[in-house]
Amino acid sequence: MNITINKHQNDEGILVLVGGEIDAFTAPKLREEILPLAEGENKSIIVNLKDVSYLDSTGLGVFVGLFKQLKQNDGELRLIELSDRLVRLFEITGLSNIMDISAHSEGGGR
Amino acid sequence: MSEVMDYIEMKIPAKPEYIGVIRLTLSGIASRMGYTYEEIEDMKIAVSEASTNAVQHAYRKDEGGEVIIGFGIYHDKLEIVVADSGRSFNFLQTKNELGPYTESSTVEQLAEGGLGLFLIETLMDEVRVLNHSGVTVFMVKNRSGERDNHDRIISTHEAN
Repeated sequence: MNITINKHQNDEGILVLVGGEIDAFTAPKLREEILPLAEGENKSIIVNLKDVSYLDSTGLGVFVGLFKQLKQNDGELRLIELSDRLVRLFEITGLSNIMDISAHSEGGGR
Repeated sequence: MSEVMDYIEMKIPAKPEYIGVIRLTLSGIASRMGYTYEEIEDMKIAVSEASTNAVQHAYRKDEGGEVIIGFGIYHDKLEIVVADSGRSFNFLQTKNELGPYTESSTVEQLAEGGLGLFLIETLMDEVRVLNHSGVTVFMVKNRSGERDNHDRIISTHEAN
Protein backbone atom coordinates (compact mmCIF):
# COMPACT_ATOMS: atom_id res chain seq x y z
CA MET A 1 0.00 0.00 0.00
CA ASN A 2 1.88 3.00 -1.25
CA ILE A 3 2.10 5.61 -3.93
CA THR A 4 4.63 6.41 -6.64
CA ILE A 5 4.90 9.83 -8.28
CA ASN A 6 7.16 10.48 -11.28
CA LYS A 7 7.41 13.88 -12.93
CA HIS A 8 8.72 14.72 -16.41
CA GLN A 9 8.90 18.05 -18.17
CA ASN A 10 8.39 18.06 -21.93
CA ASP A 11 7.36 20.55 -24.64
CA GLU A 12 3.68 20.15 -23.88
CA GLY A 13 4.01 20.70 -20.16
CA ILE A 14 4.55 18.61 -17.10
CA LEU A 15 3.69 14.93 -17.20
CA VAL A 16 3.05 13.25 -13.87
CA LEU A 17 2.81 9.47 -13.68
CA VAL A 18 1.02 8.35 -10.52
CA GLY A 19 0.82 4.75 -9.36
CA GLY A 20 -0.51 2.79 -6.40
CA GLU A 21 -3.30 3.59 -3.97
CA ILE A 22 -4.52 7.13 -3.32
CA ASP A 23 -6.30 7.32 0.04
CA ALA A 24 -6.22 9.35 3.26
CA PHE A 25 -2.69 8.14 3.94
CA THR A 26 -1.11 8.79 0.53
CA ALA A 27 -3.18 11.78 -0.66
CA PRO A 28 -1.19 14.30 1.45
CA LYS A 29 2.04 13.07 -0.21
CA LEU A 30 0.49 13.45 -3.64
CA ARG A 31 -0.77 16.95 -2.82
CA GLU A 32 2.67 17.97 -1.56
CA GLU A 33 4.31 16.72 -4.77
CA ILE A 34 1.95 18.04 -7.42
CA LEU A 35 0.45 21.28 -6.07
CA PRO A 36 3.76 23.21 -6.38
CA LEU A 37 3.83 22.25 -10.09
CA ALA A 38 0.77 24.45 -10.61
CA GLU A 39 2.51 27.61 -9.44
CA GLY A 40 3.01 30.19 -12.19
CA GLU A 41 1.06 31.30 -15.25
CA ASN A 42 -0.23 29.07 -18.07
CA LYS A 43 0.97 25.81 -16.65
CA SER A 44 -0.11 22.63 -18.38
CA ILE A 45 -0.16 19.45 -16.34
CA ILE A 46 -1.02 15.98 -17.59
CA VAL A 47 -1.52 13.31 -14.97
CA ASN A 48 -1.37 9.70 -16.11
CA LEU A 49 -3.41 7.49 -13.76
CA LYS A 50 -3.02 4.13 -15.49
CA ASP A 51 -1.17 2.59 -12.54
CA VAL A 52 -3.59 3.84 -9.89
CA SER A 53 -5.28 0.80 -8.36
CA TYR A 54 -7.39 2.65 -5.79
CA LEU A 55 -8.82 6.16 -5.53
CA ASP A 56 -11.41 7.72 -3.21
CA SER A 57 -12.63 11.19 -2.22
CA THR A 58 -9.29 12.10 -0.66
CA GLY A 59 -7.60 11.61 -4.05
CA LEU A 60 -10.41 13.36 -5.91
CA GLY A 61 -9.89 16.27 -3.51
CA VAL A 62 -6.22 16.55 -4.51
CA PHE A 63 -7.10 16.70 -8.22
CA VAL A 64 -9.89 19.22 -7.60
CA GLY A 65 -7.43 21.40 -5.67
CA LEU A 66 -4.86 21.12 -8.46
CA PHE A 67 -7.51 21.88 -11.08
CA LYS A 68 -8.68 25.01 -9.23
CA GLN A 69 -5.17 26.33 -8.77
CA LEU A 70 -4.32 25.81 -12.45
CA LYS A 71 -7.57 27.44 -13.62
CA GLN A 72 -6.85 30.53 -11.52
CA ASN A 73 -3.62 31.06 -13.45
CA ASP A 74 -4.94 30.18 -16.92
CA GLY A 75 -3.36 26.78 -16.80
CA GLU A 76 -4.84 23.43 -17.75
CA LEU A 77 -5.10 19.98 -16.27
CA ARG A 78 -5.68 16.73 -18.09
CA LEU A 79 -6.13 13.36 -16.44
CA ILE A 80 -5.39 10.48 -18.80
CA GLU A 81 -5.50 6.67 -18.98
CA LEU A 82 -8.17 6.28 -16.31
CA SER A 83 -9.40 2.75 -15.66
CA ASP A 84 -13.14 2.02 -15.95
CA ARG A 85 -13.38 2.21 -12.17
CA LEU A 86 -11.76 5.63 -12.07
CA VAL A 87 -13.95 6.93 -14.91
CA ARG A 88 -17.00 5.75 -12.96
CA LEU A 89 -15.83 7.56 -9.84
CA PHE A 90 -15.40 10.83 -11.75
CA GLU A 91 -18.80 10.32 -13.36
CA ILE A 92 -20.84 9.63 -10.23
CA THR A 93 -19.27 12.60 -8.44
CA GLY A 94 -20.03 14.86 -11.41
CA LEU A 95 -16.35 15.77 -11.81
CA SER A 96 -16.22 14.34 -15.34
CA ASN A 97 -18.42 17.26 -16.45
CA ILE A 98 -16.00 19.80 -15.01
CA MET A 99 -12.58 18.29 -15.51
CA ASP A 100 -10.80 16.97 -18.61
CA ILE A 101 -10.55 13.22 -18.09
CA SER A 102 -9.85 10.48 -20.57
CA ALA A 103 -9.60 6.71 -20.55
CA HIS A 104 -7.05 6.91 -23.35
CA SER A 105 -3.38 7.72 -23.57
CA GLU A 106 -1.96 10.89 -25.14
CA GLY A 107 -2.73 11.23 -28.84
CA GLY A 108 -5.91 9.17 -28.76
CA GLY A 109 -4.91 5.67 -29.79
CA ARG A 110 -2.95 3.06 -27.98
CA MET B 1 -35.42 -11.28 8.21
CA SER B 2 -32.19 -13.19 7.85
CA GLU B 3 -29.94 -13.79 10.84
CA VAL B 4 -26.32 -12.80 10.92
CA MET B 5 -24.25 -15.90 10.17
CA ASP B 6 -20.84 -14.67 11.27
CA TYR B 7 -19.42 -11.51 12.75
CA ILE B 8 -15.88 -10.22 12.36
CA GLU B 9 -14.55 -7.19 14.21
CA MET B 10 -11.27 -5.35 13.91
CA LYS B 11 -9.91 -2.43 15.85
CA ILE B 12 -7.26 -0.16 14.39
CA PRO B 13 -5.42 2.88 15.73
CA ALA B 14 -7.11 6.03 14.38
CA LYS B 15 -4.30 6.63 11.87
CA PRO B 16 -4.60 6.92 8.08
CA GLU B 17 -1.89 4.32 7.42
CA TYR B 18 -4.23 1.54 8.58
CA ILE B 19 -7.13 2.34 6.24
CA GLY B 20 -5.49 0.22 3.53
CA VAL B 21 -5.45 -2.70 5.97
CA ILE B 22 -9.22 -2.38 6.40
CA ARG B 23 -9.62 -2.50 2.61
CA LEU B 24 -7.57 -5.68 2.41
CA THR B 25 -9.66 -7.34 5.12
CA LEU B 26 -12.91 -6.26 3.50
CA SER B 27 -11.67 -7.54 0.15
CA GLY B 28 -10.96 -10.94 1.66
CA ILE B 29 -14.34 -11.23 3.38
CA ALA B 30 -16.33 -9.99 0.38
CA SER B 31 -14.60 -12.18 -2.19
CA ARG B 32 -15.10 -15.21 0.05
CA MET B 33 -18.82 -14.36 0.06
CA GLY B 34 -18.93 -14.30 -3.73
CA TYR B 35 -19.30 -10.59 -4.45
CA THR B 36 -18.38 -9.37 -7.92
CA TYR B 37 -15.28 -7.29 -8.59
CA GLU B 38 -17.38 -4.13 -9.04
CA GLU B 39 -19.27 -4.70 -5.79
CA ILE B 40 -16.03 -5.26 -3.87
CA GLU B 41 -14.48 -2.10 -5.31
CA ASP B 42 -17.63 -0.12 -4.36
CA MET B 43 -17.45 -1.41 -0.79
CA LYS B 44 -13.72 -0.67 -0.55
CA ILE B 45 -14.43 2.99 -1.31
CA ALA B 46 -17.42 3.20 1.08
CA VAL B 47 -15.52 1.61 3.97
CA SER B 48 -12.44 3.76 3.33
CA GLU B 49 -14.57 6.91 3.31
CA ALA B 50 -16.20 6.00 6.62
CA SER B 51 -12.81 5.11 8.12
CA THR B 52 -11.26 8.34 6.82
CA ASN B 53 -14.03 10.31 8.55
CA ALA B 54 -13.44 8.36 11.76
CA VAL B 55 -9.68 8.90 11.64
CA GLN B 56 -10.05 12.62 10.91
CA HIS B 57 -12.65 12.93 13.68
CA ALA B 58 -10.20 11.42 16.13
CA TYR B 59 -7.42 13.65 14.81
CA ARG B 60 -9.46 16.83 15.17
CA LYS B 61 -10.16 16.04 18.77
CA ASP B 62 -6.44 15.39 19.11
CA GLU B 63 -6.88 12.39 21.32
CA GLY B 64 -5.75 9.53 19.12
CA GLY B 65 -8.07 6.67 19.84
CA GLU B 66 -9.23 3.73 17.81
CA VAL B 67 -11.63 2.90 15.02
CA ILE B 68 -13.74 -0.25 15.22
CA ILE B 69 -14.88 -1.93 12.03
CA GLY B 70 -17.51 -4.67 12.30
CA PHE B 71 -18.50 -7.00 9.47
CA GLY B 72 -21.87 -8.74 9.83
CA ILE B 73 -21.94 -11.59 7.33
CA TYR B 74 -25.32 -12.78 6.03
CA HIS B 75 -26.20 -15.24 3.30
CA ASP B 76 -27.10 -12.49 0.84
CA LYS B 77 -25.63 -9.30 2.25
CA LEU B 78 -22.75 -7.78 4.14
CA GLU B 79 -23.34 -5.26 6.91
CA ILE B 80 -20.41 -3.03 7.80
CA VAL B 81 -20.23 -0.79 10.85
CA VAL B 82 -17.49 1.81 11.28
CA ALA B 83 -17.34 3.45 14.72
CA ASP B 84 -14.84 6.02 15.91
CA SER B 85 -15.29 5.26 19.57
CA GLY B 86 -12.38 3.60 21.32
CA ARG B 87 -14.72 1.34 23.21
CA SER B 88 -15.79 -2.00 21.84
CA PHE B 89 -19.46 -2.15 21.04
CA ASN B 90 -22.32 -4.58 20.85
CA PHE B 91 -23.08 -5.10 17.19
CA LEU B 92 -26.77 -5.98 17.56
CA GLN B 93 -27.40 -3.27 20.15
CA THR B 94 -25.79 -0.60 17.98
CA LYS B 95 -27.81 -1.81 15.02
CA ASN B 96 -31.07 -1.60 16.97
CA GLU B 97 -30.25 1.90 18.21
CA LEU B 98 -29.82 2.96 14.59
CA GLY B 99 -33.34 2.06 13.53
CA PRO B 100 -35.89 3.03 12.35
CA TYR B 101 -34.74 4.22 8.98
CA THR B 102 -35.97 7.82 8.93
CA GLU B 103 -34.91 10.92 7.04
CA SER B 104 -33.55 12.56 10.18
CA SER B 105 -31.16 9.73 11.00
CA THR B 106 -29.26 9.66 7.75
CA VAL B 107 -26.08 11.16 6.47
CA GLU B 108 -27.20 14.78 6.91
CA GLN B 109 -26.07 14.58 10.51
CA LEU B 110 -22.50 14.30 9.30
CA ALA B 111 -21.93 17.79 7.98
CA GLU B 112 -18.21 17.33 7.42
CA GLY B 113 -17.04 14.77 4.88
CA GLY B 114 -18.86 16.08 1.84
CA LEU B 115 -17.97 13.96 -1.17
CA GLY B 116 -16.99 11.01 1.02
CA LEU B 117 -20.45 10.61 2.48
CA PHE B 118 -22.04 11.16 -0.90
CA LEU B 119 -19.96 8.24 -2.19
CA ILE B 120 -20.96 6.00 0.72
CA GLU B 121 -24.64 6.67 0.00
CA THR B 122 -24.19 6.15 -3.72
CA LEU B 123 -22.15 2.96 -3.54
CA MET B 124 -23.98 1.11 -0.74
CA ASP B 125 -27.57 -0.15 -0.68
CA GLU B 126 -28.39 1.13 2.80
CA VAL B 127 -26.64 3.71 4.98
CA ARG B 128 -27.40 5.01 8.43
CA VAL B 129 -25.43 7.29 10.70
CA LEU B 130 -25.59 7.37 14.49
CA ASN B 131 -24.22 10.31 16.46
CA HIS B 132 -23.33 9.59 20.06
CA SER B 133 -20.05 10.32 21.84
CA GLY B 134 -18.51 9.44 18.49
CA VAL B 135 -19.97 8.66 15.09
CA THR B 136 -21.11 5.26 13.87
CA VAL B 137 -21.71 4.61 10.19
CA PHE B 138 -23.79 1.54 9.41
CA MET B 139 -23.94 0.31 5.81
CA VAL B 140 -25.21 -2.64 3.84
CA LYS B 141 -24.30 -4.07 0.45
CA ASN B 142 -26.60 -6.71 -1.00
CA ARG B 143 -25.02 -9.51 -2.97
CA SER B 144 -26.46 -9.47 -6.48
CA GLY B 145 -23.92 -11.03 -8.86
CA GLU B 146 -23.21 -14.71 -9.17
CA ARG B 147 -25.69 -15.87 -6.55
CA ASP B 148 -27.31 -18.49 -8.78
CA ASN B 149 -23.95 -20.08 -9.40
CA HIS B 150 -23.13 -20.06 -5.73
CA ASP B 151 -26.43 -21.71 -4.78
CA ARG B 152 -25.96 -24.35 -7.42
CA ILE B 153 -22.54 -25.24 -6.03
CA ILE B 154 -23.96 -25.52 -2.52
CA SER B 155 -26.87 -27.72 -3.59
CA THR B 156 -24.47 -29.99 -5.47
CA HIS B 157 -22.59 -30.50 -2.24
CA GLU B 158 -25.80 -31.23 -0.35
CA ALA B 159 -26.85 -33.78 -2.94
CA ASN B 160 -23.66 -35.71 -2.28
